[in-house]
Amino acid sequence: MDRMPKWADVVLIPLISLILAAILSALVIIGIGEDPVAAVKMMVSGALGSTYGWGYTLYYATNFIFTGLAVAIAFHARMFNIGGEGQAMLGGLGVAVACLYVPWPHWSIAILGASVAAMVFGAAWAAVPAYLQARRGSHIVITTIMFNFIAAALLNYMLVNVMRPEGSMDPATRSFPEAVHLPTLHDLLAPIGITFSKAAPANVSLVIAVLACVVVWALMWRTRLGYEIRAYGHSETGAIYAGISPFRITMIAMLISGALAGLMAINNVMGEAERLVLNSTEGAGFIGIAVALMGRSHPFGVFLAAILFGFLYQGGAELALWTNIPRELIVVIQALVILFTGALDNMVRMPLERIFMAMGNKRRNIGETNPLPDAEHSTKTE
Amino acid sequence: MSSDAPAIELKGISKSFGPVQANKNISIRVAPGTIHGIIGENGAGKSTLMSILYGFYKADRGEIWINGTRTEIPDSQAAIAAGIGMVFQHFKLVENFTVLENVVLGAEDSGLLKPSLARARKELKMLAQEYELNVDPDARIDEIGVGRQQRVEILKALYRQADILILDEPTGVLTPAEADQLFRILHRLKEEGKTIILITHKLREIMEATDTVSVMRRGEMTATVKTAETSPEHLAELMVGRKVLLRVDKVPAKPGKTVLEVENLRVVDDKGVERLKGVDLTVRAGEILGIAGVAGNGQSELLEVLGGMREGAGTVRLNGAPLALSGPGSDGQARRAGGIAHVPEDRQREGLIMEFHAWENVAFGYHRDPAYQRGIFMNNAALRADTERKIEKFDVRPTDGWLSAKNFSGGNQQKIVVAREIERNPDLLLVGQPTRGVDIGAIEFIHKQIVALRDEGKAVLLVSVELEEIFSLSDRIAVMFDGHIMGERLPDETDEKELGLLMAGVSGEAA
Repeated sequence: MDRMPKWADVVLIPLISLILAAILSALVIIGIGEDPVAAVKMMVSGALGSTYGWGYTLYYATNFIFTGLAVAIAFHARMFNIGGEGQAMLGGLGVAVACLYVPWPHWSIAILGASVAAMVFGAAWAAVPAYLQARRGSHIVITTIMFNFIAAALLNYMLVNVMRPEGSMDPATRSFPEAVHLPTLHDLLAPIGITFSKAAPANVSLVIAVLACVVVWALMWRTRLGYEIRAYGHSETGAIYAGISPFRITMIAMLISGALAGLMAINNVMGEAERLVLNSTEGAGFIGIAVALMGRSHPFGVFLAAILFGFLYQGGAELALWTNIPRELIVVIQALVILFTGALDNMVRMPLERIFMAMGNKRRNIGETNPLPDAEHSTKTE
Repeated sequence: MSSDAPAIELKGISKSFGPVQANKNISIRVAPGTIHGIIGENGAGKSTLMSILYGFYKADRGEIWINGTRTEIPDSQAAIAAGIGMVFQHFKLVENFTVLENVVLGAEDSGLLKPSLARARKELKMLAQEYELNVDPDARIDEIGVGRQQRVEILKALYRQADILILDEPTGVLTPAEADQLFRILHRLKEEGKTIILITHKLREIMEATDTVSVMRRGEMTATVKTAETSPEHLAELMVGRKVLLRVDKVPAKPGKTVLEVENLRVVDDKGVERLKGVDLTVRAGEILGIAGVAGNGQSELLEVLGGMREGAGTVRLNGAPLALSGPGSDGQARRAGGIAHVPEDRQREGLIMEFHAWENVAFGYHRDPAYQRGIFMNNAALRADTERKIEKFDVRPTDGWLSAKNFSGGNQQKIVVAREIERNPDLLLVGQPTRGVDIGAIEFIHKQIVALRDEGKAVLLVSVELEEIFSLSDRIAVMFDGHIMGERLPDETDEKELGLLMAGVSGEAA
């Protein structure tokens, strides 16, 4: 028997983690002499109270959906891809190259080309750590972290020495041409009569992010490749028994993971900045880890968790803007949420499992006449 | 030690894990200075009961009395203080420590090691004399055999002043000769006044070694009897709750053409150790070749090479065509395409993905079969229909294909694997430990399926550490020791003693 009903695992644990993080954040806010209730109100109104707020929340969420999916796919193959940040940076480079050097006639075609470029660049950046893991056993956590630094250095070099327009003091590319500017939610929703803030950066990439969720779900649970990735993730010896090549699965899972992280660039680089700047990813690659953990590596969970983190990002920015709560503290609050929903998952899980087991016992003792369900005593109890 | 109070008395012990009641109102009395057996199928609750006695689990209800006093055992420290020692099925030894260091570990007198070690050395010498438990105190654990490692476990318990010794499936990893030695030691301990509880699922050991025996079934203690007044058949009936065939009914084999030919097969493992050192064997259509041997002598590697899980060198021919032993074409997919099905030794780590639904597992390894595809997607509906069929045909319970593999009992998990492999109608079936951790009822069923496949004219290669299983299924028996085939025998012309010698590496007069 499972120790807990599924709904508890999927809904209750993230919820409790979130509440714990909120309580601790509230204590921190009280500690510096501010009012936590006012802070929450400010965050909610700032992030969700207007289409402008929603536009930012969804913009951030779009980034996190891509990086969250990237981490989730690697999780399914039992790999911890910490390199989403670097892969997303490289994706940005791919988008910049595609947008600057190809004369696209229209954004709808440009976004396809840019997507391909972003995925190829992101996947290529993941390919090296994947190969080292699959063939040499170099731990993927170590190599992907190091590749983040290499990516940052590479971007630095490219923006300062290669792609910077002549005469500019800014380490960034020139702006992308008008033809590749993506429609924002304002542009998309106006024809159907919904007025959405003009200033908010959420754009058509959100649709692609949602599509990516569906595609990842179908890939993992409806195709043979997904079956093999999940089988490998659960048991490597099992995979070998079934004739599934660990090398092949490691490579493919990491390539898909890197491609998804890279794809984030159509949102932040192509959709928002409309040029490639230094540190364009703003840590979204790392947030993706928390999003995947909280979303239980399921695309739907990733979608919800990404929106939550989008809210925290935008709400936090508002908080820093309008209150005396310093920007650093916002980072602390975000970190607490990551800590509780990700790293400290077991802290909530274990007591909860015990409670559910105890409840199960009680129910049994009341219904003593129930016969022992056939064959349900698994080897676990022996 | 007062002779009237039982050494151990359990009164009304109950323990549940969620909805599963592992122990139901269990009471036993074990007289001091006796060997008491506890027998039952896997999942009957034996180990749970002993874990309660050793302080790993807390009973929901019930009392424990040791030597006439009620005792609370909240943890293993308390169990040791109460004079209880436990020898686990999987030894808890530090491999790169010496015997002496392992004995002292956790029972040091002070922060300084030297005095403890000196005292332990003296103590070990005395114990060795008293109980004939000879082990070199300075040998490293990974340098001594499993039989001796087990003695170290017993010594550890005795060093901690144990009067009551619990042994959990102690003979699983021993040769018949080593098992006999163990039982001699246990008798000796009994003569010195120790009380021993022997947990096993092997009827023979109960009959040979114990004074009294308790039978457990589905968490309940169904009977406690004097060993002298019972029979294996009677105990088996008590364990399963119905009459069981201890022997497989089968007609003599009608071997046909050679299906599998293995010549000079060699395997080197990841650590560079040669595991197979030139194995030759053949299996013909319509026969079962049983490979006997103590675990760890190359049988696993043999199955793995043939099943495409490991690379090797040498020559292997299937129906006359050579098989690739390394590189492309040597993986499990190629083997399956060639007509080899494989029931692996470890169903939980290899044969099944425990987190997958039963219906996902029914295709595992054959998931690339076109019948399971629909365009770019997998045809999950076809999989589920197939699963329903197999669940019914192989009497898998519960019958819900949506349950995860881990929610089935060991026997039903194995039925899923066996159904999957046998239903592919392979030319050659590789079977490793088909009934390890499987209840008696399911053993009977699985054995029948394997024999039925043989009767259809298929070749079967069986690896098992259970000699009883080898004897009752095999048409020919090959014995493996240290990566070699020590010899081949016909089951009717040999006995456990001769095989036991071969398993220990002693090539008999006729080998």
